[in-house]
Parts: sequence; C-alpha cells; structure tokens
Amino acid sequence: METKLPIVGADASGGKGSPKGRQITQAKMSTVEIVSDPGEGAQKCAQIFGAISAKMGNGVWTVEIIPAEIQPPPRLPAGASGNRIRIGSVPVTNWGDRSKVVVALNDQVLLARHRLDALEDDAIVLIENMWKDHTDEDIRQQWVDAMEEVSDRNYRIIEIPMEEECLKIVDNPRRGKNMWVLGLLCYLYDRDLELAAAQIADTFRKKAQEITDRNVELLNAGFSWAAENLGFGFEVRPIGDDRPHVVMNGNEALAMGAVASGMDLAAMYPITPATSVSHHLGEEFLKFGGLLHQAEDEIAAAGVAIGASWSGKCAFTITSGPGLALKTEFIGLAIMTEIPLVVVDVQRGGPSTGLPTKVEQSDLLAALYGQPGDAPRVVIAPATIEECFYSMITARKIAEAFRTVVMVLSDANLATGVSPFPRPELDPSWVAAPPDLSPIPEGLRPYDWDPQTGLSRRFIPGSPGGMHTLTGLAHDEGSKVAYDSEINQRASAMRSRKLAVFQSTLKPPSVNGPEEGDMLVVGWGSTKGAIEEAVEEAREEGLSVSNLHLTFLSPLEPGLKEIFSRFKKVVTIEINYSDEPDDPYITPENRRLGQLAWLLRAHILVDVDCWTRVLGEPLRPGAILNAIREKMPEGGVS
Amino acid sequence: MSSACSLLHLAEADDREFKMGDYEAAVARWCPGCGDHSVLTAVQRLLTEEQLKPEDTVFVSGIGCSSRFPHYMKTYGFHGTHGRALPISTGIKLNRPDLEVFAVMGDGDCVSIGAGHWVHAIRYNIDMVALLLDNNIYGLTKMQTSPTTPQGQKSNTQPQGSWLPPMNPLSVTLGVTNASFVAQTVEWVPSHLFATLKEAFHHKGFSFVRILQRCPAYLPKLFEDAITDPERIELLVHPDGVEAKDLEGVYKDRVYHDPTDIDAARRFAEDQSKVRIGVYFRDESRPRYEETRHLPTLTAEEKLSVLDQEFDRYAV
Repeated sequence: METKLPIVGADASGGKGSPKGRQITQAKMSTVEIVSDPGEGAQKCAQIFGAISAKMGNGVWTVEIIPAEIQPPPRLPAGASGNRIRIGSVPVTNWGDRSKVVVALNDQVLLARHRLDALEDDAIVLIENMWKDHTDEDIRQQWVDAMEEVSDRNYRIIEIPMEEECLKIVDNPRRGKNMWVLGLLCYLYDRDLELAAAQIADTFRKKAQEITDRNVELLNAGFSWAAENLGFGFEVRPIGDDRPHVVMNGNEALAMGAVASGMDLAAMYPITPATSVSHHLGEEFLKFGGLLHQAEDEIAAAGVAIGASWSGKCAFTITSGPGLALKTEFIGLAIMTEIPLVVVDVQRGGPSTGLPTKVEQSDLLAALYGQPGDAPRVVIAPATIEECFYSMITARKIAEAFRTVVMVLSDANLATGVSPFPRPELDPSWVAAPPDLSPIPEGLRPYDWDPQTGLSRRFIPGSPGGMHTLTGLAHDEGSKVAYDSEINQRASAMRSRKLAVFQSTLKPPSVNGPEEGDMLVVGWGSTKGAIEEAVEEAREEGLSVSNLHLTFLSPLEPGLKEIFSRFKKVVTIEINYSDEPDDPYITPENRRLGQLAWLLRAHILVDVDCWTRVLGEPLRPGAILNAIREKMPEGGVS
Repeated sequence: MSSACSLLHLAEADDREFKMGDYEAAVARWCPGCGDHSVLTAVQRLLTEEQLKPEDTVFVSGIGCSSRFPHYMKTYGFHGTHGRALPISTGIKLNRPDLEVFAVMGDGDCVSIGAGHWVHAIRYNIDMVALLLDNNIYGLTKMQTSPTTPQGQKSNTQPQGSWLPPMNPLSVTLGVTNASFVAQTVEWVPSHLFATLKEAFHHKGFSFVRILQRCPAYLPKLFEDAITDPERIELLVHPDGVEAKDLEGVYKDRVYHDPTDIDAARRFAEDQSKVRIGVYFRDESRPRYEETRHLPTLTAEEKLSVLDQEFDRYAV
C-alpha cells in the first residue's frame, strides 16, 4: 500500500522536528511491526503507538503477534512477540499483507517474521545491534546466519545501538527499551510527542510517577536519536473524520456491548481467545451492577447462564471452540425450552485444542448445527470491532423477542485487533427492561405458540399463576411431557417457524460494487475488511468482481438467490479448511468445501466455489486478490 | 416494566393461605412403594407449613426417576439435563436470590454425571436446598450400577457384581471446604425426613440432604435390614440438628452430636457400621456466593451513564 501515493522527498521540510533534507514518504497506508522476546514490552510499545495514531486521526488496525509458548527461552523465532500496526489516511479494516517497517529487538525474532513472509521485499529493518558483537560466540554466529538467511530479500537493514543508548538512562534496558523504540517510531511517523507522553502516563497510571517519568525520558531519547541518525520518515495524513471515536479490541467491544444491551450476568470458563472479554467484564461489570461468574467448567457456565436467563433477564456465556463443544447439550436444552440465551464464540483454530491463539472461522457449521436433534437458533457474525459492540445489543433483543438462542461468532482476529470506530451514541432502548413478573392471565399456557409465528409469552418465576415445569422432553403448549404423536411435529414446527419470522424482518444484503458481473465474492465475519480491500483492488485491475458480506448466517439474509443470479460465478472466501480442486483424489463430488459454501449451496441451490486458508493468521488482502484472479470465470478479464 | 402491578398483586395475595393441595400438580407416576413418594409428600408438607408462595418457589432437577419431581409440584419447575440441576440452580439464585430454590437429584445425577457440579456447588454455598434421593441404582434406565451401589451388587451393566466400593456422598460433601449443611435421613421414617428437610430449609446456605430410599423395582431388599431392625439405625440428635423426640421409643441408638464439630461429622460419615441419620454438620458463618456477589441493580439511564464514562477512557 505504501506504493499507492509515493511522493518521495516532496515534503521533505514538513513535519515539526524534522531535520532539513529528511526523506519523507507519503503513504495512504503504512504497516509497521515491533517484535521482541516476550517480556520486553513490544506489545505495550505498539499499543501506545496505535493509540497515538488513532488520536491523531489516522485509521488504525493493530494485531498482536503472539508467541507459541508462555515462557519460551530468549532469542527463539517461536518466541517472537509483539504487534503489527497498520495506519492509514483512510479507515483501516484489516492487518494488510506485509510490513514496510519492522523493529526487531533481536535477529531471531526478525527471522520469525521473515519466515512467515510478513515483511515487504524492501522492508526497512531496524534491528538491535548488540547481538552482532556479543561476547557469546554462538550468538554472534546466529546473527551471521540470520543475516545470511534474510539476504534473499532487499531489506534495508539498519543496525541500531538500542541497548547502548538505553543504558544511558536505565540500568536494565530490557525494561524500557520498548519506550525508546516508541520514541524512534514517533520520529519516523511524525507522531505528536506530547500525545505520546500523555498516553504513556495513562498506560502506567497505576504505577509510581517515576516510572512514567523514566519512560517519557526514554521516549524522548529514542526520538532524538532517530532525528540525528535516520534521514527518512513517513507521512500518513489524518482521515479527516471529526466524529469522536473510541479505540478498543473486539473482545472489549463485546464486553461493552454486553453492558449496553443491559445483560447483567455473564458466565464463563477461561479459554483462549475468549477470556479477555471476561477480564474486561471482571473489572468493569461491577460498576454496572453486573455479575461475571467464573464457573467450574464450560458446561456449568452455560447452565448458570440458562438458569439466570430463565428466571429473568437474558444472560450470556462466552467461549471458544472446545468450550462450545462442551456447551452443546445445554444449548440444545435452551432451544428446546425456548429460554433466551446469548452464546459468544470467539473462534480459534480447531478441531480439538487446535490453534488456541490463532484465528479461524471453522465453527460456523457447529454453531448452526452442533446439536443432536433439530435445534434451530440464530447465528450472527460481527465483521468489525464496531460490530462486536452492536452485535451484543442485537443478540440480546433477538434472544428475548424470539425466546431463542443467539450465537455470536467473533474470532481471534477481531478479539486481538485494535481499531477505532465512531463513539456509540448510547440509547436507553438498548438496555433490557426488567423482567415482566406480572400475573399470568387465567388460561394462558407457557408455550401458547401463535400458530403463525411460533411466538409465545415467557413465564418467569415470580409471576403469579404461571407455575409450570419446563422440560427438555418433548412437550405441549402447557409444558406437559408429550405423549401425543402429533405434539412433537407441531412443537418442532413452532420452534423452526420463529427463524422464518425473524428472517422476514431482515433486509437483503447490499452488494459492494456493481450489482452484476463475472464474480461475486461472499464472506462472513472478520474477513470483511480484507475481502473488500482485495475486491476493490481487483476492480481497479479491471476485473468484474463485487462482494457481499453476511452478518446473519441463521437465518440467512433474504434475497440471496436473486443476487447470486446476477453473477456468473459465486465464490466464498473463508478462514476454514476446504479441499483444493486439483489435489489428489479430489473430485467435484467429494470435494469438501468452505463452511459458508456448504451452507449457501444447501440453501440457495446454486453452485458456489470457495477459496479458504487455515494458516493461523488473518487473510491477507494480497492473497485474496490472487485468489480472485485465479477463480475468475473464463473471459472474466475485461 | 410491570413491577408496580405485580408488587400490588403480591401485596394483595399475602393473605393467601396455602394448603397441601395447592402444591400438588399431578398424580405422581413413580412405582408403588418408591421412596420418591415419601419425599414428595414431606416436601409438600414443608411448603405448606412454611407457606411458601408457589410462584416464588422453584424445583430444579436433572434426569432420572427422582427428577420427575418438579412435574408433581405446583410451583415453578425446571426439569433439565442429566447431572446439571446445580448449575441451573446457581444461575437462578445468582439472578434471583428472592426465589426459594430446591434441587432434586438422584444418585446418578448428583454423584456420577453431575459430580463436578456437586463439589463446586458445595463450595459456592448458595442458599438453597439440595436433595440427593439415593436409591443406590439407576431406575429410569432399568438397573445399572450407580456410584453408590454396594460393592458386589449385580446389575445389568455389572452382572458379576459392582466392582468397586461405593462412593460415600456424605464424606465427599464434608470434605469440601465451605460445606455448610450436611444431613442424612431415610424416606421410611417420615417424621425424621420432615424434620431434616425443615432444618435444611431454614439453614442459610447450601443445605445438602442425602435421603436413603428404596427402589422396589430393582433393589427391593436394599434397606430391608435397616427398615426391619431399628438397631441398624443410629440417630444423631442435637437441638441445632434433628431432635427426633418422637422416635425415642423406636430408635434406642441415639448419639448427641454437636453439628459444629466437623471432625466428629467426618468420622460419623466414614463409619459405615450403622445407618446414621440426622444433621452431621452445620455452619452458617460460611460465606455464601450469591451474597458476596450480589450487586445493586442500575436503571438503563444509570448504566449508560457509567458506560459513557467508560468510553472516555477509550476515546480518541
């Protein structure tokens, strides 16, 4: 993306504090990453840099680089820890392809990024040089080997005496080097130093003042060193959106959305990458009169949420793949007994323990069909961090209005991505009303299904005259165990009907791009930003391609068949596994498809192709663009 | 939204007087001679004596013969999934501490498939009554070994006889830190059963009552000794437990046991030489989870105002 608007040197004297003759590259978007051993604070540095950039009016997307182990030994590629930050003069919706700038605190973490193809061919590598002349011969050799390995690219490697410079200020540069690097980045990207100092103060507000002071000193030192030694920088202009914004990750947005929805009880069991929702709720929920219950296991978490929901306001439970598997029975119970329940699944790689910290969209079919028996429920997938917030409000309302289970499918990409969005204008109608405990009119039954819609009034304990026993057994309108052969057929129809009724309230999805053409790319969930970026790029190349992104997966949004008919080919793009059509033994009949592709084929009865990857990382727009080129129908290039 | 109306209604209804029949929902369909019948009657008597409002009382059960219990109560009932009565009860009490909650579980339910929840529910010590209707066998699924089946007892799944010594639900419960009420009674002595339930109900905390009961279909002779021979029974008596003065003539073996003495309680639980009934342990000073976690309810406007302040921290 840096190549989009390169005006090298045109604005060389611009930017406060810039030395004359500094080479400034203007960029619509720029991607920088900071990697280190765990514990060296690369993530904190990056978070502050992202926050400053957001405050300066840039589009920002920050994503964590998480080591594979909890406490890996130092200087191991597998231990690389840090963040990628993509900033733009336009809203940034995804993590991009490869990074333009990387700050590496040692040669091994650089190698990790290099091997993942995370860096542009001409990336600027700012690397700590203490290892080059280290007293340990093995380390010196590793440095040499690493430089050799990366020499197949045209990286511009700049060795920087970070340790040496930091030692002028602190005794232990391992703690503090990150703030020095922050200063260096502030210089490179012309960030406001006062804003940076304020952000540091906020970050360390719970610590002693001297910690903030020393970190600000390091910040300034890094900035000054860069000003004296680096003759280049980047200009990424603000978007020019004056609306107030908030910046947070998807899990924080889910937690905030839960609060805004008026749900008072969250039950969970720790599981990556969902847990940080509860970290946030654990700290903040109390202020709202809410209760976060850490249950003894995933099953109990679902049971507690169901018990709470049945006896009053809708409650929710948060989990990820393995936990969702355990909650299966209880979700079935909630559907059978028509108890409102919101289940958040922050998806990770699977099956089984899979890739705990990495993104995947492999739970779609489990979320839709993961119950023995017929168990219709609503499934929605936020596509952005902002939608994580609003999806909880929507989910709560649907769950209560339709007496059903609503699954919210987020994923590790949204969970750990940090991005600004317009500050929500809070609306009291979002908040759940207190439960209706008014007396139940004589003759009304706990499942008096409206024969048209399947809807019925909830009977909540405490309502006089509403006494009944709900049961997971097949039951009639009076919640009596069904012995009549017709009852199960009727009750199943009523539970199913609710989905159709809900679907009738939805609008057909909008197509991004021309309403007809050669190819329609369909996605769901967190891939929206990357898909749209790739599709727009493809159109600039002259390809006749549009895209459509689904928020509702169950029921599916209406009108899809008609929309699909306007395109020669429909392709889903997803982060789950599908067979490659030309792999050994794979035929059009036995080819296993992406999960949305299965779903669309089954519902719409049209041919849907797919391109999916399970690389343990968010999709890169460049890779999607390549896939679009390959999948274009014959004669598709105009 | 209509809380004002419902409060008015409840205020009017406070003069209601509930009779046994007001708690009876249907004719129980357990086998004749099943211990569940006695428990149902004792519970309905308890509700009558305590004048519990049917709409504010909840029976939660799992799966099994005894888990049909809520269907026969004219209160709110939750007949859920196997082994999960306690998480559901926990959710109800966390959200609605004003409701009276009773969990009714069988031995398969509580001690086998739901054992993980059982141990933690003891620790949460939520103010509710948990009844373990222990007939030492699976009945609904037709005679399979349960964790409390006596060693050597033949069943359809272990036709050579149960391989292992049975689990002791009293010892397990008494072994959990924060246990606050542990009692044992038998369904064939109605006055003791009722007195024990009454103590359990009045205890503030998680009141665990194991009720030994007969299964006429699959283990008809299981408690024959204890039923026919009063010397097999030992009564734990105390003013803070069950005094059972009416039983003095029948059960001569009476031990004065102070229920605050957990060491003695554990010894009594371990010793299987007698069927020992009464209150083993009781401590109301234990923290109750729903109380430590109870929070004031905010209005929608108050909530959003706090949320708005929260957003300030994330503002850019």
